[in-house]
Amino acid sequence: MLATKSSVIPGFGPTLGYTLFYLGLIVLIPLAALFFRAAGMGWEQFVQAAFAPRVLAAYRLSFGGAFIAAAINVVAGLLVAWVLVRYEFPGRKLFDAMVDLPFALPTAVAGIALTAIYAPNGVIGQLLRPLGIKVAFTPIGVVIAMVFIGMPFVVRTVQPVLQDLELEHEEVAASLGANRLQVFCLVILPNLLPALVTGFALAFARALGEYGSVIFIAGNMPGISEIAPLLIVTKLEQYDYAGATAIAVVMLVAAFLMLLVINTLQKWRQSRFTAN
Amino acid sequence: MALAISSSTTSLPRRSVTEPAWVRLLLIVSALGVLALFLLLPLVTVFGEAFSKGLDAYFGALGDDDAVAAIGLTLTVAAIAVPLNVIFGVVGAWCLAKFDFRGKSLLITLIDIPFSVSPVISGLVYVLLFGLQGWFGPWLKLHDIKLIFAVPGIVLATVFVTFPFVARELIPLMEAQGTEEEEAAVVLGAGGWRIFWHVTLPNIKWGVFYGVLLCNARAMGEFGAVSVVSGHIRGLTNTMPLHVEILYNEYNYMAAFAVASLLAMLALVTLAVKSLLEWRFSREIAAGTRHQKT
Repeated sequence: MLATKSSVIPGFGPTLGYTLFYLGLIVLIPLAALFFRAAGMGWEQFVQAAFAPRVLAAYRLSFGGAFIAAAINVVAGLLVAWVLVRYEFPGRKLFDAMVDLPFALPTAVAGIALTAIYAPNGVIGQLLRPLGIKVAFTPIGVVIAMVFIGMPFVVRTVQPVLQDLELEHEEVAASLGANRLQVFCLVILPNLLPALVTGFALAFARALGEYGSVIFIAGNMPGISEIAPLLIVTKLEQYDYAGATAIAVVMLVAAFLMLLVINTLQKWRQSRFTAN
Repeated sequence: MALAISSSTTSLPRRSVTEPAWVRLLLIVSALGVLALFLLLPLVTVFGEAFSKGLDAYFGALGDDDAVAAIGLTLTVAAIAVPLNVIFGVVGAWCLAKFDFRGKSLLITLIDIPFSVSPVISGLVYVLLFGLQGWFGPWLKLHDIKLIFAVPGIVLATVFVTFPFVARELIPLMEAQGTEEEEAAVVLGAGGWRIFWHVTLPNIKWGVFYGVLLCNARAMGEFGAVSVVSGHIRGLTNTMPLHVEILYNEYNYMAAFAVASLLAMLALVTLAVKSLLEWRFSREIAAGTRHQKT
C-alpha cells in the first residue's frame, strides 16, 4: 500500500504502520485465531458442534427474533423519524435526544429494566397476564429486547434522508391531484426505501449478536428461549472450547455477510444520491 | 437558484405537503407512545426500583465493598482503554483522511469490524488466545502471567469493543476538512508535530471529544465481552455491569438497580453532552455524524 498521490504532508509511513499494527494486534489476529481454532477441529466435529439440535434452535431464535424485531423497528422507526422531522411539538428536541438512549444505556441495565417491566408482576406484565400473554422468559421477551436495542438504527438512518427530501416533489404531486396518502406511498416512500432497508439491516445485525439486554428477559430455556450468543457463553463455562468456537464461527460469518450487505446498501444509496 | 425557489414556496400555503390535523395528532401521539413505552419506561424503571426502599438503602447498596470495588474497576478499565483508542483514532484518521492510497476503503471497513461482531465473540477470541487452553495459555502459565479472568483481559476486551469509536468519528470529519491548511503549514516550514498540534488538533478537538464521550460510555457499560473474560470474581474482576448481573441473579433487585442507576446516569450525561455538542458545534462535528447516520 503506497500513497498513490504524492503528498507534502508528513507522517504517512508511521501513521499507516501504527494503524496496521494496532488493528492487527487488537482485532485481526484475535479474530484469525478463532478461525484457525475452528479449522483445527476437523469438518465432522465442527458440523456436530455447530449444528446440533440445541444449537439449531438457538440460531432459529436469534435469526428469527432479530428479523421480527428489525421489521417492527422499520415501522416504529419510520413513524418516530417522520414525527420528529415533520412536526413541531413541545419537547421535540428532548424526544429526539432520547432516541439514542439504547446506544448509551449499558445493555445489562436495559436487560434488567425490561425484565422488571415485563415480568408477570411488572408494570406491563401485570396488564398482559389477564390476557394470557407472557412476555418475559419467552421468545416474545427476546424480540422486545431486540426492538429496544435496534430502534435508533432505523430512526437515525431514515431521519437525515427525510430531512433532505425536497417538499417541491410533494407539492408537484399534490398539484397534479394526488391525495396525501398517494403522495406518501408513491413519492415519499420510494425515496425512503434505501434508508429503510439499510436501517433494517443495521438493526438486524445488531440484534443478532446482542447479549446483555436479551439474556435477562429471555429466561434462557434450552431449545425455547436460548439465543446463540448465550449458548457460546454456556459452552465456554463448561470448558467446551470447541463447541463455543464452532457456534462463534457461524455467527461471525453471518455478521460479516451482514456487514457486506450493509456496505453494498450504502454504495447503492450513494449512487442513487449522486444520480439525483 | 435552489435557494430562490425554496424561499418563494415558503410563502405559499403548505397544506399540500402536510396532513390533516387529526392525522398529525394521531401520529405524534403514537410516536411518543412508542418512545415512552420502549425507551422512557425502562429508564424510569431503573430509578424507580433503585429508590424503592428509600435513600438509605440506596446509598447502603452503593457503599457496599463489592460495589465500590466494581466502580473502581470500571473507572480503571475505561481510563486505560479510552486513551489507547483515542491515540489510535487520531493516528488512524491522520493516515486515512490526509492521504490517498490503495486499499484505503478496505482498511476503513476493517476498522469497523468490532461494531459488527457479537460482544460475546469479542471476549471469546481473547479466551482462545490467552486462556488456559488457548494458544499462549501454557506459556503465560509458565511465566505466571494471568490475562484471562483478570484485569488485563477485561481491558483487552473493552479495547476491542470500543476500538472504532474515535476513528470513525474523526475520519469523515478530517476528510471533509481537506488538506489545504496542513499543506499551507508545510509550505511555511512547520514540521509534522507542529502541524498536528497547531493546525489539525484545533480543527478536530470537538470531534475528538465527541468520540471520547461515546467511547467512554461504551467502555464503562460493556457487558457481554467483559463477562466472557472476567471470571466474575467479586471485588476483583467485577465491573459495574457484571456486578449488576450478580446482584440481580442473587435476587437482590434493589441493589442491582442501585448500581444500574449509576450507569443509567452515565448514559443520561453522555446523551446530554452529546446533544449539546451536536447543537453547539454542529458544523465542526457534522461530517462525522452525517457519516454515521447515512
